[in-house]
Amino acid sequence: MDFDLTDEQRLLKDSVDRMIEDAYGDFEKRKAYRAEPLGWSEALWKQYAELGLLGLPFEERHGGFGGGAVETMIVMEALGRGLAVEPYLATVILGGGFLRHGGSEAQQDTFIPRIAEGTLRLAFAQTERQARYDLFDIATTAKREGDGFVIDGEKGVVLHGDSADMLVVSARTSGSRRDREGITLFLVPADAAGVTRTGYPTQDGLRGAEIAFSNVRVGQDAVLGEIGQGLPLIERVVDEALAAVSAEAVGAMDALQTTTVDYLKTRQQFGTTIGSFQALQHRAADMLVALEQARSMAMYAAMMSEAADPRERRAAVAAAKVQINDSGRFVGEQSVQLHGGIAMTMEYKAGHYFKRLTMIENLFGDTEYQLRAVAEAEDVLVAD
Amino acid sequence: MELRYTPDEIAFRDELRRFFRAEIPAEIRQRVAEGRHLSKEDIVTSQRILNAHGLAVPNWPVKWGGKDWTPVQRYIYTEELQRAAVPQPLGFNTAMVGPVIAQFGSEAQKERFLPATANVDIWWAQGFSEPGSGSDLASLKTRAEKRGDKWVINGQKTWTTLGQHADWIFCLVRTDREAKKQKGISFILADMKTPGISVRPIITIDGAHEVNEVFFDDVEVPLENLVGEENRGWDYAKFLLANERLGIARIGMTKQRLARAKRIARETPMGEGVVWDDPEFRRRVARIEVQLKALEITQMRVVAAQGRQDASKPDPATSILKIKGSELQQATTALLVDIAGPYALPLAEHDREGSNEPEIMPEWAETAAPNYFNYRKVSIYGGSNEIQRNIIAKAFLGL
Repeated sequence: MDFDLTDEQRLLKDSVDRMIEDAYGDFEKRKAYRAEPLGWSEALWKQYAELGLLGLPFEERHGGFGGGAVETMIVMEALGRGLAVEPYLATVILGGGFLRHGGSEAQQDTFIPRIAEGTLRLAFAQTERQARYDLFDIATTAKREGDGFVIDGEKGVVLHGDSADMLVVSARTSGSRRDREGITLFLVPADAAGVTRTGYPTQDGLRGAEIAFSNVRVGQDAVLGEIGQGLPLIERVVDEALAAVSAEAVGAMDALQTTTVDYLKTRQQFGTTIGSFQALQHRAADMLVALEQARSMAMYAAMMSEAADPRERRAAVAAAKVQINDSGRFVGEQSVQLHGGIAMTMEYKAGHYFKRLTMIENLFGDTEYQLRAVAEAEDVLVAD
Repeated sequence: MELRYTPDEIAFRDELRRFFRAEIPAEIRQRVAEGRHLSKEDIVTSQRILNAHGLAVPNWPVKWGGKDWTPVQRYIYTEELQRAAVPQPLGFNTAMVGPVIAQFGSEAQKERFLPATANVDIWWAQGFSEPGSGSDLASLKTRAEKRGDKWVINGQKTWTTLGQHADWIFCLVRTDREAKKQKGISFILADMKTPGISVRPIITIDGAHEVNEVFFDDVEVPLENLVGEENRGWDYAKFLLANERLGIARIGMTKQRLARAKRIARETPMGEGVVWDDPEFRRRVARIEVQLKALEITQMRVVAAQGRQDASKPDPATSILKIKGSELQQATTALLVDIAGPYALPLAEHDREGSNEPEIMPEWAETAAPNYFNYRKVSIYGGSNEIQRNIIAKAFLGL
């Protein structure tokens, strides 16, 4: 048992933290990045690539750095602290995760180096309107035609789907809508004929897209992983993404906690700093408890996202998400309350952290959904 | 970063796991698991077995029977002890007065008290709280005056846990009434048989006699019973409380109680099936498990950081462990009351006076409500949870 970072991890943390501080330390800059054509900064994306962040989890032979879950945690926490808007989760964690765990040699050789150098952006087209958080609930179909497939269906709230070059699309090659079998993943160029994308900003200042697939033809080489056996791959990559957003949420909570405590120390009312009031001190203390519990579970999720047994992995990651959601909501709401009116303004940063934390709550399973997963796992989490 | 145990740590854990179950009598561990009151004999028997194997006081200096363990090994010891439902070695001896004497006592005090304390040949009581000094402990009024070669103690202590069994008591007493409140306090030991000491029971809301009032009426103790320096008692008390860090969250006990609650829920009828079939119930359990897992990792982070920290300074992370640890202890005792349902209500036979009727509820349900009532104490003692929030706000957040 050891919570220390290795020298290399410490180096990574220092350089990522510094980069994010330079890029996002002045909150006005975030507004400028969001106003750019893609809704985020292409110049910053180049810096991510130069720093090696885009190749972080990939093998060296593909231009990567062979980083594991802890390295991802370090990066995601920094992105959370800065409230970064770039498509790191969509491209490197989700898209990259599918290529790492499901991609053929040829697919990996072709696409991973381009992700690492910053010239290929991915998005995961999974969610459907009726599915909510059930990863197996897929109505989109991929019918075999000739030596390829034809994809039809509609995907929604595809994170950074509007600026992606390539989409990882889940579709049904057999069975009916809620079957666990019969799901297949495809790599589809975003500009393929029959793909229609409608991009939009999300509540937290990031981007999403509704994407329709109408008679979209892809070849056999577009298949990612095994035909009809896509679900375990989806579950694995989504659990890794959950571990990653858990770390991002911890970064955001950490920044919000610091911002709030700083405010309590400076804001004057009744002739004194409001931080001298015990009612507010106790709430700030409870925020810290919530933050540290969340930090612990983000570490746990990072470790368990690499577990060999999918049942253990699922129970652990679900538990982490429950804690992240509970803590995130508490820290977010209390931070706004402790700030008072200033946190209600679009101009001030606290409200934006609150909004990102709220959106993370609804990402890949809300609290009740993940709590059910923990309950269904019975004794897996806390063994007798 | 590696959250898993090393193979050596796993071997260490497995050996303790085996030892506790093989060596500590099953009927004693059963009583602990069911939350029943332990007799003095239960606690002494268990601790003497541990002591005979060098496992009663691992946190003491090696010279006095301690172990040269890593913080992780200490954590594993506490966790396994609690999960095996072994009675906790008497904290007043092993976690409180023992370490203080070992650190600050004279050689003569060490020789005289430490071996007997490890083996509970001396049962210690803690004389800290007073009727007027609860959370504001430093306001205590019991005083000791030097008269010739004696300290003369006058005053009253309260909430003296298991004081009815005590042979000796360690007290915080005021020795300088002019000094600022923390500065005029000393740490003095008294034999409970000394004339002028009297003990009166306090019966708590669960009907138990666990705590007492202790009165000091011109109690004369030798000057050599002062530990360390005069008027430095507050520092020793702080040292003592910092020593509680590892066990304070009682995660092992909560795990053990939760496992028991789940077992009982799987057997207790409800509707067409059992309590466990209710998805709402299971979700409630799941939420406790999530928080318990988070607390366990938080505890491990504190343990891992301990190797590098100044152990004599209180760690504000302890306050987080205290707050969440007590909340989860209370949540699990409440859970058992709710599993018991209507049969949480009857007062158990042996808790009724003069009655000889057979029990009317399932045996496990007898202790459900009393334990729930009793465990309200855990967010009050050891620095109430509100005091812990003050500590976090001041020491951590600088408010």
